[in-house]
Amino acid sequence: MAGLRLDGLRARVLAPVDLDVRAGELVFVSGPSGSGKSLLLRAVADLDPHEGEVWLDGEARSAMSPSRWRRRVGLLPAESFWWADSVGEHLPANGEDKGPDGGLSGVLGALGFEPAVLAWAVSRLSTGERQRLALARMLAQRPQALLLDEATANLDPANRERVESVVQTYRAEHDTAVIWVSHDPEQRERLGGRQLGIRDGHLEPIN
Amino acid sequence: MGLILLSPFDLALASGLVLLLALMSWRLHLGVERRVLIAAARSTVQLMLVGLVLKALFAQTHPALVALMAFVMLAAAGFEAMQRQKRRFCGPWGYGVGSFSMFVSSFSVLLLALTVIIRVEPWYQPQYLIPLLGMLLGNAMSGVAISLDSLTRSAWDSRGRIEARLLTGATWEQAIEDIRRDALRSGLIPIVNAMSTAGLVSLPGMMTGQILAGSPPMEAAKYQLLIMFLISAGTGLGAVVAVWIGSRRLFDERERLRLDRLRDKAL
Repeated sequence: MAGLRLDGLRARVLAPVDLDVRAGELVFVSGPSGSGKSLLLRAVADLDPHEGEVWLDGEARSAMSPSRWRRRVGLLPAESFWWADSVGEHLPANGEDKGPDGGLSGVLGALGFEPAVLAWAVSRLSTGERQRLALARMLAQRPQALLLDEATANLDPANRERVESVVQTYRAEHDTAVIWVSHDPEQRERLGGRQLGIRDGHLEPIN
Repeated sequence: MGLILLSPFDLALASGLVLLLALMSWRLHLGVERRVLIAAARSTVQLMLVGLVLKALFAQTHPALVALMAFVMLAAAGFEAMQRQKRRFCGPWGYGVGSFSMFVSSFSVLLLALTVIIRVEPWYQPQYLIPLLGMLLGNAMSGVAISLDSLTRSAWDSRGRIEARLLTGATWEQAIEDIRRDALRSGLIPIVNAMSTAGLVSLPGMMTGQILAGSPPMEAAKYQLLIMFLISAGTGLGAVVAVWIGSRRLFDERERLRLDRLRDKAL
């Protein structure tokens, strides 16, 4: 159980953002393209220089090493990148600690993959497969907060449902704070949660 | 066999070959004739000037003058190494990373060679120091320039992959590890190749020069070996220092990839 608190966070094109996401809470962020949704998530994950502080479970980001922070606050970018040849090389070796969700193989199964997927070559994956496997890769590092950037943008309805249910399961079981950037109003309606929008550089609630 | 002196006429004859090359480039539309001619003119002026300067320098062995000459050489090498990078660091770093690593590597190897190996008295005697430094700097310059160019270029192209690794909780060193390795390797390949083919395909330039100037071949070979070892050490050390500082500079204190610290040469 870890809440995420953004404190005066200034992503390049946004006014300073103060946002409190409770443990286990789902917050949707929407807004026109170029409005700074992805920049906001990148700032939380500390990928771009910016001002402001973020707290995870009462611990300040600045008091934590960057690598530890990024492991605990998992960002799933809109485009997934892979640096080694096979899928398995990207996953932590100790991925077999079975949590309530069945650990890595449980997540892979729920996303529609056999365990053999770990031996697959990344170059042969489709965009949608990469996107789903990137989610598995991120969840394998057991993040305590999730930042999802258009996590279902390239997926067909069946796989979109799989991803949604995997995220919802993880959120429920680990009481994780989730910030989800999505441009799909139906998805936002389907999954509930708090709705925020970016208008003129300000992050504000939508009714 | 004594030293055969070259007359201006001999050189003019040889330069005719370069003119021929330029003519060929013009006829075949290769588009490099201007560059060939400018480079040939540059090397003529530069080498003649250096000959004059060295003549004056050798006549007096004054430490301050030797230091000045060494400084000018380093400054020129630093500038050239910077010019050869497509994406270089902004501000003083663009010039500084290359120059500093060449300074560290060339001067340490040079001092070692002069005081321990060749044992020149006094160690700053310009007849030894200047040609050695030139050899070291010239090769370190290629190694450093190639390594840095490869480092910044691939970091620029692999932004997504580097950040993906950072996001899985990797430190900056883990995230840039393979790019760094490739950069170092590409900087070292030319000198390794030169060592392994030395003597088989062509006689290295210095040895050729010595033989033409009348040295016994065995002595020339020994000197060439010495130089080759010194050069490899200097180039390797220079590339390592440059890649280390360069890759560190690509990340900030929060281990973010800072490609905004690079700028394109064309801009």
